Amino acid sequence: MKRSRFPSAATAAVLVFFYLPILILIANSFNASRFGSGWQGFSFRWYARLLREAEIWQAARNTLVIALTVTVVSLVLGTTSALALHRFARSKLQRFHFTLIYTPLVVPEILMGISLLMAFVAAGVPLGLFTIFLAHVTFCISYVALVVLGRLQDFDYAVVEAAQDLGAGWWMTARRVLLPMLAPGLAAGALLAFTLSVDDFVITFFVAGPGATTLPIRVYSMIKHGATPLINALSTLLLALTFTTVFISRRLTRTKVLEGKI
Amino acid sequence: MRRKYQEALLTVPTLVWLVLFFLGPTLLVFFLAFRPPDPYGGVGPGWTLSTVRALIHPYYLTIAWRTLWISVVTTAICIFLALPTGYAIARSAPKRRNLLLMMVIIPFWTSFLIRVFAWRSLLHPEGPVKKALVALGLVGEQTPLLYNTGSVILVMVYTFLPFSILPIYAAAEKFDFRLLEAARDLGARPFPAFRRVFLPGIRQGVVTATLVVLIPSLGSYVVPDLVGGPSSEMLGNKIAQRVFVDRNLPHASALSIVLILAVLAPLVAVLLLQRKKAKPEIILEEGA
Repeated sequence: MKRSRFPSAATAAVLVFFYLPILILIANSFNASRFGSGWQGFSFRWYARLLREAEIWQAARNTLVIALTVTVVSLVLGTTSALALHRFARSKLQRFHFTLIYTPLVVPEILMGISLLMAFVAAGVPLGLFTIFLAHVTFCISYVALVVLGRLQDFDYAVVEAAQDLGAGWWMTARRVLLPMLAPGLAAGALLAFTLSVDDFVITFFVAGPGATTLPIRVYSMIKHGATPLINALSTLLLALTFTTVFISRRLTRTKVLEGKI
Repeated sequence: MRRKYQEALLTVPTLVWLVLFFLGPTLLVFFLAFRPPDPYGGVGPGWTLSTVRALIHPYYLTIAWRTLWISVVTTAICIFLALPTGYAIARSAPKRRNLLLMMVIIPFWTSFLIRVFAWRSLLHPEGPVKKALVALGLVGEQTPLLYNTGSVILVMVYTFLPFSILPIYAAAEKFDFRLLEAARDLGARPFPAFRRVFLPGIRQGVVTATLVVLIPSLGSYVVPDLVGGPSSEMLGNKIAQRVFVDRNLPHASALSIVLILAVLAPLVAVLLLQRKKAKPEIILEEGA
């Protein structure tokens, strides 16, 4: 049977569409020209300028602190939630629990942002880094819970019961049986929570208040006020970071898969 | 008894967190729409219907309609592009398939703002796309590529396309391609075979892809804000304006309710349709 060439051609076009804008942006970050309207020679000047922008580094530090704490808290909450959903799947409480975990994923970000803002204003919580942290944990829990739940559904719970039958206490069971089996799911969940927190703009923008700045908020105001070459350089650094993370995580999951086979 | 205790221990932390920071705040939005605003950007005492009544105005109707059609067009384009892409990835050899999948997933991990910004500089009057199109004689020197509805749809497709490819690929991967070959052997031409055999086979994937693009599209705020103009403002922009510019939270709440209803409509529609379809399929399975 002769297959149509159309799907492959469309895929190639889609990939060019995905990557060309990003490649042009990276190239322009090394362009000496201020407006990026033509190539005026290779230069690191925008990266050098970036180093001197104290506000960007402050924002980067805030982003990192928030992302790390959010990752830890949402990993703990998401994992307990996944364990409950998996272990007590048939109870009425878990059906409500699952709905509550699932719904934030389908709610547009702006709605979550505005409802959290109103809740904080109504409760008199001052807006700042702490409210950003609370908001990020709220949307990260769902992602972590579903990723870990996916991993839990793959393994045989009888192993845990066997460990308990053989006299292991709950701490021993958790540490020696559950944790090693869950590790790839936990790593994937943590990575996802970290990335979502670092990248989030809309919800953060609503609950940040006037004082607190994260990297996406800083980037947004730079876009609005037209610091184009600096954003190119900053974006390139962030993209490099993303590619490295994706590469490392692929490596990690690959070795995990192999271990599983042995 | 111990089981109940265990369940509570594992469930209560997330349940409390999500009730406090998700369910509660969402319900609060419905209440605040009926409270009067105070001049300091807060909420005044008493109850009023005036905010909700103010929404029944041709101006908001235009914006709601525009939000709807921009989202529908974006979704249609995404599905149109995702179908051949998902199909091609599912049919390629395993090694190549992994590479293609990774290339579709990477944009998902890269910053949303950066991807919007990349297009903003591409479409800029001094940018490369504009220059190329003018050199080819396709557009005039004065034709703006940025700050209109066209640029909003283009960038929305760009940011949402990976989300629509993945569910379609996931469905296509489970599809038995021998069915397609059988249809071709029986004389079906490629496109009718695709439409009558492949498309119904991956229906669930198409439904998921539609929802994951349509719902965030309806709530779009950043894309129309950064690459759109006054003529392409969407509900999300109005909500943000009421919050940050007018500092009128009740009005923002009322607009949010409109958005919530707009998002719920397709979800409920899909749920009802699937309930209807699900029954005969179960009978079929049991019969077989």
